[in-house]
Amino acid sequence: MLRYAARRLLQSAVVLWAAYTLSFALLFLLPADAVTLMLSGGADEVFASPEQEAELRARWGFDQPPAVQYASLLGRALTGDLGASLTTGQPVTAAIAEALPATAQLAGTALVLSILLGGGFAVAASYTRSPRLARVLRALPPLGVAMPTFWVGLILIQVVSFQWGLLPALGDTTAAGLVLPAVTLSLPGAALIAQVLGTGLTTQLGLPYVATARAKGASRPRVHLGHALRNAAIPSLTLAGVLAGELLAGAIVVETVFSRPGIGRLTSTAVGAQDLPLVQGIVLLAAAVFVLANLVVDLLYPLVDPRVDLGPRTPSGAAP
Amino acid sequence: MTALTGAPPATPGPGPVPDAPRPPRHGGLASLVPAVATVALLLGWAVLPALFTGHDPLLGDTSRALHPPGTQSWFGTDQLGRDLYARVVHGSSLTLRATFLAVGVGLAGGGLLGLVSGFVGGRLDGVVMRCVDVVQAIPGLLLSMALIAVLGFGTVNVALAVGLGFVAVFARVTRAEVLRVSTSTYVEAAHAGGVRRPSVLVRHVLPNSAAPVLALAAVQFGQAVLAVSALSFLGFGAAPPAPEWGSLVAEGRDYLVTAWWLTTLPGLVVVATVLATHRISQALDPEARRRT
Repeated sequence: MLRYAARRLLQSAVVLWAAYTLSFALLFLLPADAVTLMLSGGADEVFASPEQEAELRARWGFDQPPAVQYASLLGRALTGDLGASLTTGQPVTAAIAEALPATAQLAGTALVLSILLGGGFAVAASYTRSPRLARVLRALPPLGVAMPTFWVGLILIQVVSFQWGLLPALGDTTAAGLVLPAVTLSLPGAALIAQVLGTGLTTQLGLPYVATARAKGASRPRVHLGHALRNAAIPSLTLAGVLAGELLAGAIVVETVFSRPGIGRLTSTAVGAQDLPLVQGIVLLAAAVFVLANLVVDLLYPLVDPRVDLGPRTPSGAAP
Repeated sequence: MTALTGAPPATPGPGPVPDAPRPPRHGGLASLVPAVATVALLLGWAVLPALFTGHDPLLGDTSRALHPPGTQSWFGTDQLGRDLYARVVHGSSLTLRATFLAVGVGLAGGGLLGLVSGFVGGRLDGVVMRCVDVVQAIPGLLLSMALIAVLGFGTVNVALAVGLGFVAVFARVTRAEVLRVSTSTYVEAAHAGGVRRPSVLVRHVLPNSAAPVLALAAVQFGQAVLAVSALSFLGFGAAPPAPEWGSLVAEGRDYLVTAWWLTTLPGLVVVATVLATHRISQALDPEARRRT
């Protein structure tokens, strides 16, 4: 178990390194360089003489050959220094650390809601005896995937905040102000869980062990919630990495719609100002979240499913 | 493939679940016909907008500002008195062109990458697939936004960014198909019969692995509409007077209280588009599952 965890940690580090290299290649080697972008792009045009441009380039190290830049940047990244934002001069790590708590709170709430909503729909759809209700419950998740997040958020503000006057609409950081953004953010994930878990439940309920359990007198709720759900939940766990990504990407839109501070707002500001070091920092954060979510899930597997053995066998080669 | 990230990100469970008792049928023709009709209407809007609306999408009549939907203007008017229906119809050209471009870039780039990677195999395949793994660790919207930070703003750049974000998915699916086809007897027979490798690739592997990849393109079309309109909503798309579905919703944001139609109706058009293309993609490939 410990050896497995150590190996997975090492693999995670490799993925992060690869993500760093890839983002470096994408962001710093493509057509224009960061300084030109910074001076030309963004909302306000800045005029700089060629000397000033050269000086800026030298200050950020953009005048070095790519390999040298990469080596020195990677070296600093290893010590936890991701450079500084080109627009504010604030260290990238500090900017991210400042924005992270608000987004973590939002995404955490949305994750719980996703699991409850998605799980609820999937269980209800397989539990109900009414085929009509089941059809409605199964038709809703695809609808949830088809709705643009920004639109759902605005509709919720319109109806719940303005027409019903129930919850605060914009820029509110209290618990009440968290409800609408979290619900909006949770919907795509909930739809995903409902679909995967629903398929899993349908498969499990058709297997012989369910018939055996029923024949031996287990009640319907017990078979559904105790037996089938537990087995069907295993594939859904695999979704955690995708779900974490969905939440982070969704936060970009949701935080803009609801005027909340956080990583999402930081991302759209950074992209709007073409602030490449900050963008790279956020991309790395996303990769780290994905890797971490998968790592946690892999370590959780044996608890959910005793058949999973994290022993000496390598988990490679299980290509889909 | 799973060595780096542990769990394969998109394929739930220990493999596909083809033996589910009864594949859920999402209606038959009853839902396919409206879906095809919707897509046909949207294409009509995009190609011949003048045929569907007599109003100018950019010309405002301030005396008719913020009129609710009615017989005169089906979707109402905006704060400058511009006809919202006309703006949605004309906007479909920009949005759908961006969508087609995005799916095209993803299909061409990812298809080529997957084809070569799967066919050549060996070390190249390993490197390509590790890169795909890493790219798929980054959420699509964020990846597109990072690309926009480099490429710059505008409809074409948004489309390119979304399309490049799709390359990894298309490469993965194409490679899987190529690997499946490459081991079939007719490919082995072609090799044994002395057909040169490029010819085998073009004449046997390509046509036989194309169907699931094209079905994926249909699935990704809906995703592309969502991504393009989200990026346009965030303000990275076309410059203000030009209408795009996403930016239309964003413009209506300031009038949530007084003019519900400005945000609601363009958004509904996006929902209808995604649902219709999703339904058609299911008809093209009943096995297709969300492979994002």
